[in-house]
Amino acid sequence: MSTALQFAGVSRHYGAVKALDEVDLEVFEGEFFAMLGPSGSGKTTCLRLVAGFEQPTAGHIEIFGETAEGVPPFRRNVNTVFQDYALFPHLNVIDNVAYGLMIRGVGRAERYRSAEQALEMVALQGLGQRRAGELSGGQRQRVALARALINKPRVLLLDEPLGALDLKLREQMQEELKNLHRQLGITFIFVTHDQNEALSMADRVALFNDGKIVQVGTPQEIYRRPQSRFVADFVGSSNVLPPEFVAALVGERRWASLRPESIRLAASGGHQAKVIASSFLGGSTRLTLSVDSLRLQVMLPSVADIPAAGEEVRIDWDSRDMHLMENEA
Amino acid sequence: MNSPVAAILPGRQGVLRRLADTLWRYPRLLLVLMLAPPVLWLGIIYLGSLAALLVQSFFSIDEFSGMINYQFTLKTYRELLIPANLDILVRTVSMALAVTLAAVVVAFPIAFYAARYARGKWKAAFYIGVMLPLWSSYLVKIYAWKLVLAKEGILNWIFAKLHLTWLLDAYLSLPLIGGNSLSVSYTGTFLVFLYVWLPFMILPLQAALERVPENLLEASADLGASSRQTFRHVIMPLALPGVIAGSIFTFSLTLGDYIIPQIIGSSRLFIGQAVYSHQGTAGNIPLAAAFAVVPIVIMGLYLWMAKRAGAFDAL
Repeated sequence: MSTALQFAGVSRHYGAVKALDEVDLEVFEGEFFAMLGPSGSGKTTCLRLVAGFEQPTAGHIEIFGETAEGVPPFRRNVNTVFQDYALFPHLNVIDNVAYGLMIRGVGRAERYRSAEQALEMVALQGLGQRRAGELSGGQRQRVALARALINKPRVLLLDEPLGALDLKLREQMQEELKNLHRQLGITFIFVTHDQNEALSMADRVALFNDGKIVQVGTPQEIYRRPQSRFVADFVGSSNVLPPEFVAALVGERRWASLRPESIRLAASGGHQAKVIASSFLGGSTRLTLSVDSLRLQVMLPSVADIPAAGEEVRIDWDSRDMHLMENEA
Repeated sequence: MNSPVAAILPGRQGVLRRLADTLWRYPRLLLVLMLAPPVLWLGIIYLGSLAALLVQSFFSIDEFSGMINYQFTLKTYRELLIPANLDILVRTVSMALAVTLAAVVVAFPIAFYAARYARGKWKAAFYIGVMLPLWSSYLVKIYAWKLVLAKEGILNWIFAKLHLTWLLDAYLSLPLIGGNSLSVSYTGTFLVFLYVWLPFMILPLQAALERVPENLLEASADLGASSRQTFRHVIMPLALPGVIAGSIFTFSLTLGDYIIPQIIGSSRLFIGQAVYSHQGTAGNIPLAAAFAVVPIVIMGLYLWMAKRAGAFDAL
């Protein structure tokens, strides 16, 4: 696999604010790569550095082996789907999509033909004459996608592209983006603060916090083997077990993470726990339990007998599901 | 002891409270009350007098008695087309066009800087700088310009100090735009018009440019457009409503002004001066009215063309 994107010690500081601080990162060609993190964690800055809207304060960026610092956005074969789509309000849909071709001097007939094809790819054929303002959020999203893809970029950047859509549409668009990625075979870099989105769509995920990447890995690795408490907590609201508790169980004084769905009710053995609260989520039910001074989240399938708040229960888990974390903090 | 409990629906007392409640329940009533005075003012005083003016232009003046003949005729409009009057129209419209175009060119960089780069203190400085000329009397400014442009004025002095008097003389010897000195040439009139109306172009242009979201410029660059292409394909079209708004001011103000060309420039008449003299000393109200209709028609045509060209589509 060849490298599409390489960051070496890249920083972007705004005065005293370190939006991005000495980040190393490698994204491979054809990957669907997610940048995940809370707002202000540096993931969007990272994307803007790739697009060329920002220049690094320090460090080195390579896109397909070429140095990217100092290259303006209009000379990068990288295109962006913007968070709020950034469609041109004075142009209709087809002219929005054909904009990149128009700029490159492609003739009217040819660029409209290409734009129509791009609209077909995102299932918007025949809407070319509409204005951006006349479209629904989902449609605008697709226009933005078609517009970004018409220049045939080697890397497509997506900045929280599904953030403004409602849940059902979001799930549908996730599928479509995945299909599109398979179909085109180009590198997708996707910024999101939604861990479910990142886990379900990406080949690999980089988790950002405070301007640094705290972990990079496949969704399974990130979910099952978080390296720090932040990762465990941010991805899938894991139970974080303190060193004393872990030491009593496995003899090692380390922080550990335990996924809520790994905990089960037991007839005997395990730990004594008291149900503090229970909330029904449809397919599953989330219980909050207290074990001594520890609070644990437990996710049970709703088919089971769910204990009510105040009940005493016994819980247990497979010791393999308890993941000891490398990082102390 | 019971602690006092606040009533859930405290009773209404007093006329003012009752009135406030009524207005709250009937928001349309409030709207009508607020809109009535300005609508009446605009409707009766302004539009009414405009209609009266229009009607006047369809009357004619009896050449012998000097009395107004209250009969519908297009004779007055025909009179507009005699060479002397047509000259006035062409002169005024050309001047208004030149002033408007120049105002766009001069105002754009200023408005662009203010909208996209100036922050905090600099923004305040911008507003003060643009508005400051509006705080002093229009006549004072015009006479100040007369002194600047006069043969003994500071501009001539600067040209002389730079040993460039020959350049100024060469310019003044040009036909049409030249003259004895800048203060009695069309160039002088043009400069003063440009100066006096410039704020009316800068402010709407700045407002329009401020409303262009940064990410549209980024999107344009992202899709391969250089700064020049982004300017042409994104910034200009989106600023166009501001340009139109500003040009409505500069164009119509120039069309209607009768003081600047009277003080600065050749003594040839502009529409405003023609209206002034016809309704005053000459007593030819119908012709004055017909002259006054011309700017209205031109502005109407201009707006119609701007709309057809899609200038307001992005609004």
